[in-house]
Amino acid sequence: MKFIAEIEVMPKKEILDPQGKAVKLGLANLGINEVVDVRIGRHITLTIEAVNESEAKAQTAKACEKLLANLIMESFQFKISAA
Amino acid sequence: MKFGVIVFPGSNCDEDLYYVLKHHMQQEVVKLWHKDRDLQNCDFIFLPGGFSYGDYLRSGAIARFSPIMENVFNHAEKGGFVMGICNGFQILTEAHLLPGALLHNDNRKFICKNVFLKAEHNHSLITSKLDLQKAYQIPIAHGEGRFYADNNTLQELNANGQILFRYCDAQGNVSEASNANGSLQNIAGVCNKSKNVFGMMPHPERAADTLLSNTDGRALFQSIIEMVEA
Repeated sequence: MKFIAEIEVMPKKEILDPQGKAVKLGLANLGINEVVDVRIGRHITLTIEAVNESEAKAQTAKACEKLLANLIMESFQFKISAA
Repeated sequence: MKFGVIVFPGSNCDEDLYYVLKHHMQQEVVKLWHKDRDLQNCDFIFLPGGFSYGDYLRSGAIARFSPIMENVFNHAEKGGFVMGICNGFQILTEAHLLPGALLHNDNRKFICKNVFLKAEHNHSLITSKLDLQKAYQIPIAHGEGRFYADNNTLQELNANGQILFRYCDAQGNVSEASNANGSLQNIAGVCNKSKNVFGMMPHPERAADTLLSNTDGRALFQSIIEMVEA
């Protein structure tokens, strides 16, 4: 069975995100001054061949912990759905 | 002492490092292809600067899974010497052979310039022969060099003497103004607890040739060689 894992990797809250800061400045220059904070992460989509959802979940968690996120500086969360 | 310089796809300081070790330091040195597994009996493994795997995902994140890395882990575990410079440092933190992580520079720029460094102590192979009063002029060239570690790790690094270099000014003052990239506590280089794995963002191999009118970086290589031969 095929599953889709939608993964979100974000810089940890305590870490300065210079990209987010620069974008916040850009938004202010655009006249959007209501934005108090911008944090930028990445969205990763995996298509996984697995026997069931819990196996797909386990594979996704392993991929995130070992490679897709660096847990020293990032956190991740994901959703699994049938493809 | 035999040196090995690993070549990853996208490494671009491998030749400089090889050249300095072979011609200036007159050492036996070989290049090691990342897809091979044999470390060819090298005593000291260098991971050079560059953009391994195009810096995709995060700098160094994919290179840590190259086939040769398994034996680099074994080598380090047995107490063998491993050192990463710039991208090599990023690979070693991604591999958890070194503590912390290297984040985007706080000003979001790729910084390529000469900076000054101060060695923290003489209790490591790399810094053994360095003058602790001297500000060594060594270039940096990176977009992701802002050293980060959580508070507990930072405290441990300080307590265990794992900090090797801090960014300073020409007079040797370590201050916020002399912090090249926003690194915590101006940290430019660290080592592991057992002091056989080293990493630094600045490029000593780019400051080791008289033609480049800066040879401050040679002192680091001299430290390694004199210490081992002694």
